[in-house]
Amino acid sequence: MKRQIPLVLVFTFGVLLAIQYFVPSEPSQRGYEFVLDWITIIGIFAMVLGIWSQIHVGYYKIKHRSEDWQYSVVTLVSMFAMILFGLSFFGGLHGTIFRLIYNNIFIPIQATIFSLLAFYIASASYRAFRARSAVSTVLLVAALLLMLRVIPMGPLADPINKIGNWMLLVPNLAAKRAILIGVGLGGVATALKIVLGIERSYLGKD
Amino acid sequence: MEQTVSMGTILWTTVGVFLTFCMFSFLYKDNPFYKFAEHLVVGVSVGYWAILLYYNGINPNLFSHLFVFTNDPTTGAEFNTWKPKFDELYYIIPALLGIAMWTRFSRKYSWISRYPLALYLGISSGIAIPVTMKNNVLSQLRGTVVGLGFDWSASGFLGVPQGIWDIVIVVGTVSSLIYFFFSKEHKGAWGGAAKLGIYTLMIGFGASFGYTVMARISLLIYRIQYVRDWWKMIF
Amino acid sequence: MTLHDRLLALDRRWVFGVLVLFVITPLFIEFSVPVTPVKEVREIYDFVEGLKPGDYILISLDYDPGSLAELHPVAMAMLEQCYAKRLKVITLTLSQTGAQMVEEAVKDVADSCKLYHGFKPERGIDYVYLGYKPYPGLIILGMGMNFRIPFPQDYYGTTLDSIPMMRGIKNYDNVKCVINLSAGNVSDMWVADGNARYGVKLALAMTGVMAADYYPYYQSGQVFGIIGGMKGAAEYELLCKNPGTAAEAMKVQVFAHIVIILFIITGNLAFFLGRRKTAPTQESR
Repeated sequence: MKRQIPLVLVFTFGVLLAIQYFVPSEPSQRGYEFVLDWITIIGIFAMVLGIWSQIHVGYYKIKHRSEDWQYSVVTLVSMFAMILFGLSFFGGLHGTIFRLIYNNIFIPIQATIFSLLAFYIASASYRAFRARSAVSTVLLVAALLLMLRVIPMGPLADPINKIGNWMLLVPNLAAKRAILIGVGLGGVATALKIVLGIERSYLGKD
Repeated sequence: MEQTVSMGTILWTTVGVFLTFCMFSFLYKDNPFYKFAEHLVVGVSVGYWAILLYYNGINPNLFSHLFVFTNDPTTGAEFNTWKPKFDELYYIIPALLGIAMWTRFSRKYSWISRYPLALYLGISSGIAIPVTMKNNVLSQLRGTVVGLGFDWSASGFLGVPQGIWDIVIVVGTVSSLIYFFFSKEHKGAWGGAAKLGIYTLMIGFGASFGYTVMARISLLIYRIQYVRDWWKMIF
Repeated sequence: MTLHDRLLALDRRWVFGVLVLFVITPLFIEFSVPVTPVKEVREIYDFVEGLKPGDYILISLDYDPGSLAELHPVAMAMLEQCYAKRLKVITLTLSQTGAQMVEEAVKDVADSCKLYHGFKPERGIDYVYLGYKPYPGLIILGMGMNFRIPFPQDYYGTTLDSIPMMRGIKNYDNVKCVINLSAGNVSDMWVADGNARYGVKLALAMTGVMAADYYPYYQSGQVFGIIGGMKGAAEYELLCKNPGTAAEAMKVQVFAHIVIILFIITGNLAFFLGRRKTAPTQESR
């Protein structure tokens, strides 16, 4: 029962929702709305798992004095501080301190984490991007042509722009289309495997 | 007209710039400032998300069906009076299913979480099958062949008739798909088509790399502009 | 140590230092870079320009602080264009860490309209910010039936039916188009769940990392325009006659791209020099 009922649920709802796409009748649309409404609520509760997981990991590191456990204190204190300042008493989502922390702590750090990638791409361009074979040379030349579009090249600007546009709308399009078709077929196959109960890893162990 | 900046704004922006440099310090080597900022952002983001989930998630989508909400006459916003509403009490069922998800962490009761998870997977898989088929496969196949004009009169890229480029797209797409078909050995004509496919794919990846360089540099530029604006504010 | 050995063994911190120099220097030099809008960006601009006052448009700003640099300029320019044209703008976000950032963008641009256009768009009458919900795919599907399914209230807790501009507005059939600004796979969900399922007229603005991947959708007609990366953002700002951070950043991009190309050439030169040096040694064996 612990494994059979979930499999029956997956099959029933999977088939119903797949068929619903082709049935535009009023009861079908009502049922679809109902399902979407409920599943959104279930999903919101599932999100709480992530928050609990973060608290649990931090607590475990502090309790067992793992390596760098002091930083877990920083994580937990900042999390609870943010939750405290987000309560209605302090103005909720629109509270002053809540917004200030978001704008002056969260945004700068988050944005800077991603900006570090600029340095790594520069390093990779210098140390790893090699024209070792014909295939990698093609990749290198394509990348260089697209990068040259950004640089004002005077009389060469127009031809480079045209070649860049051609590259995006002909060979790049063909390549990405093939990937999209492959991903689509793979996605449909995986969804079918889940609905038919062939893929059962989500059930976990007994 | 010069605008005066408040001391609060200067202080908070200085905190932001300090944390920016804490993150940049990682480029030299890993250090306590970087670790502090990294753990701080994790805590702040989880706390922010928890509050957002309550005010934008559970409160409007669940509590508005279970409890009576009234209007605040000044702001127009609705607030929860916590008085139970009985006409939509069936919304307790998705709430219970959602809470059942939380048993995932219990060794003894984790099997309960399979039911709402199965519901979620069944619904999303069922929806995905026709939509993915239409979006990723049928529309793309239509765009590859039917949507193309094979117009020999209109001038396409580089002065070549558009019809030629349409054929190039078809050949490129088919050869790239052949490359990904590993159930048949890449030999002979099939191998030749796969080789053409890999070259087409490399042009695609090169285009992506070119764009990626611009994307990554953009992020760095924005941070430098932020520090520069702070500097102008102070001095 | 030969030159190519030294080049190959160069500490990456020198590479970082050179990059920083090439990024900071142009910010202190006054010059501009010519930007030519491409067809796929112009189509989005022309479509929005072609809308009439009172037409509804949905802008889904699904990006987070990590992609602020590329998408915020597009958001600002596009919101100002929509407000100036007196369109009814429905905004929302499906990015879990971007909700407040998007709210401030929507409000700040509305506030700035008073200065530049002589009027200030009013929340609830000219624009609405629905806020954030998790599971983008489900939200996009839900909005296709009725906006009230995923968003019974807006970000400020006001029921949608109490908002003047949302009365009588049910789903995508009531909006002229959807423009999605995203940094992740939410764009895929808009194309699949929005366009494929409901036939929504869709345009995408995305980070440079993803832009090249969406040209198949553009060619097949599933999306009617693509704004790709900072270059696309600068093009859109130019079309809106509203140069901002993207336009300024393009001059820095020129210098940065030159240095990256030099890195690639230098690295490959060092590599090939090294290979030529070892090849005769192997032949002599």
